Amino acid sequence: MLVIRRDLLDEIVAHARRDHPDEACGVVAGPEGSDRPERFIPMLNAARSPTFYEFDSGDLFQLYKQMNANDEVPVVIYHSHTATEAYPSRTDISYASEPEAHYVLVSTRDSAETNHTGHEFRSFRIVDGVVTEEEVQVVETYMFAHTGADDVPDLG
Amino acid sequence: MAVTVSIPTILRTHTGGEKAVEAKGSTVAEVIEDLESRHSGLKDRLLKDGKLHRFVNIYVDDEDVRFAGGLEAPVKETSTLTILPAVAGGMR
Ligand SMILES: [Zn+2]
Repeated sequence: MLVIRRDLLDEIVAHARRDHPDEACGVVAGPEGSDRPERFIPMLNAARSPTFYEFDSGDLFQLYKQMNANDEVPVVIYHSHTATEAYPSRTDISYASEPEAHYVLVSTRDSAETNHTGHEFRSFRIVDGVVTEEEVQVVETYMFAHTGADDVPDLG
Repeated sequence: MAVTVSIPTILRTHTGGEKAVEAKGSTVAEVIEDLESRHSGLKDRLLKDGKLHRFVNIYVDDEDVRFAGGLEAPVKETSTLTILPAVAGGMR
């Protein structure tokens, strides 16, 4: 299950809308081992394409350098589909290489199928080429959510 | 002296979970050969038909080797070699 703060979800959707009709992409980093997305990092789609996305290789290097320095990992890796459903494509699956990340897809197509998040916003695990959809729980704050071992008390 | 090689999460199964390992070599290709001799299977994850796999980026210090001579890119003893999987995808 992905537990994500409403403001971070809104940022992801806003980025997807802003870059439409090109695919938008980015990361929400969080403390290693916490499974808690905290730091929103929109990335440039170096492909600038409605059908493909790719982090610029220099930007990717800087992103990982910064995350390593902060003991962070990419808790969420997101991108948008601008004409198709929010489901990982064959290409998405072949590139997926963070087995512990939540792969978030947002669709900005005309006939987007809005779910409980208020958008066509879905989350997946992609491990060894196998896609598993997971529940998305939207929270106002992580204070009351069960987000695993962390320094914020689980009060909920 | 040895080159420090930073290993991404997905390849740590080949390094017993280590985030960074040491290796020898004066080019990227030589470093990969040296890595393979102690971390069997790594080479196949990095190269395809003798070329850098399109899903993989390798950096010498902060330079992507695709723009710096490819597998023949020089590596100094003080260099850090960073391996990162590309983050990419598409509609199809
Ligand atoms: Zn995609």
